[in-house]
Amino acid sequence: MSLLDYFRSSKKNTASTAKERLQIIVAHERRRRTSPDYLPQLERDILEVIRKYVDIADDQVSVTLEKSSDELSVLELNVTFPEDKRG
Amino acid sequence: MAKIIVVTSGKGGVGKTTTSAAIGTGLALKGHKTVIVDFDIGLRNLDLIMGCERRVVYDFVNVINGEANLKQALIKDKRLDNLFILPASQTRDKEALHKEGVERVLNELSDEFDFIICDSPAGIESGAMMALYFADEAIVVTNPEVSSVRDSDRILGMLSSKSRRAEQGLPGIKEHLLLTRYNPERVQKGEMLSVDDVNDILAIKLLGVIPESQAVLNASNSGQPVILDAESDAGQAYLDTVARLTGDTVPFRFLNVEKKGLLKRIFGG
Repeated sequence: MSLLDYFRSSKKNTASTAKERLQIIVAHERRRRTSPDYLPQLERDILEVIRKYVDIADDQVSVTLEKSSDELSVLELNVTFPEDKRG
Repeated sequence: MAKIIVVTSGKGGVGKTTTSAAIGTGLALKGHKTVIVDFDIGLRNLDLIMGCERRVVYDFVNVINGEANLKQALIKDKRLDNLFILPASQTRDKEALHKEGVERVLNELSDEFDFIICDSPAGIESGAMMALYFADEAIVVTNPEVSSVRDSDRILGMLSSKSRRAEQGLPGIKEHLLLTRYNPERVQKGEMLSVDDVNDILAIKLLGVIPESQAVLNASNSGQPVILDAESDAGQAYLDTVARLTGDTVPFRFLNVEKKGLLKRIFGG
């Protein structure tokens, strides 16, 4: 970088922004790739069932399937309840 | 038995055909009998890059449909005795490639050649899937740019789930990363993803880094694979890449900015 550039440059380093964005999206897409096709529908169905009893938003239910060994997969269901709607 | 290598990327315009031409030619230079197969049905371009566009009579689809035999369709390179091109068809629909036909042609090629280079079309449609299905190894061509890296990751997913090796439970396709259009100056300024950045994200073995180079356009203008321009930076980088592909250990070049003199450093340029 030349001396003139040095005084001119107050720009953000865009390469590091690119890397951070890529790391997030690639990790997200890999998770989706390795999970079975029925998972998004399962997530929607579970959301509907819970909604019969408690009013929750779309992003308050997450379903993940993790393969912990060849014989065992663990289906993990996370539901975040709003504070005032409990019970 | 030939080794089948697919050159793929997901994204278009990153340098798949340039790379197929360069690597195929490089393998032939090393004495391996090599054929480069253009899988881009409808958008044939390998013939232009190889400089044999006026010698195309029959194509890949003609051979699959039994309208011509392989001997009639293969074009022998004018520069190297052990290098051949199987051109893509220009007019047929993209569904003309089907697994049985492609397998039959690849089997026949496999008896005669050491290497079969499959030049994949962009995208994830049937042509691209056919190009990677039978591969033993894959060269994933990537530009240091967000959409290209993301698409490459997508293609890596396809390689590990949609290939013959995956379906038959065989050892997976050997994956190589080839970074093209690399500009060390912009990397140094923080304007471009570095080799290490891309490597961190894709996490496959780095086969080569081809610098952004005037030589590539000059080569395609004249129908000479850029690897034959041994004076040029891109030509040398491809020669290194081919050496690594065939098992040599070669240090990476063209990763850093050439040192500038004091005056240039002060005034730029």
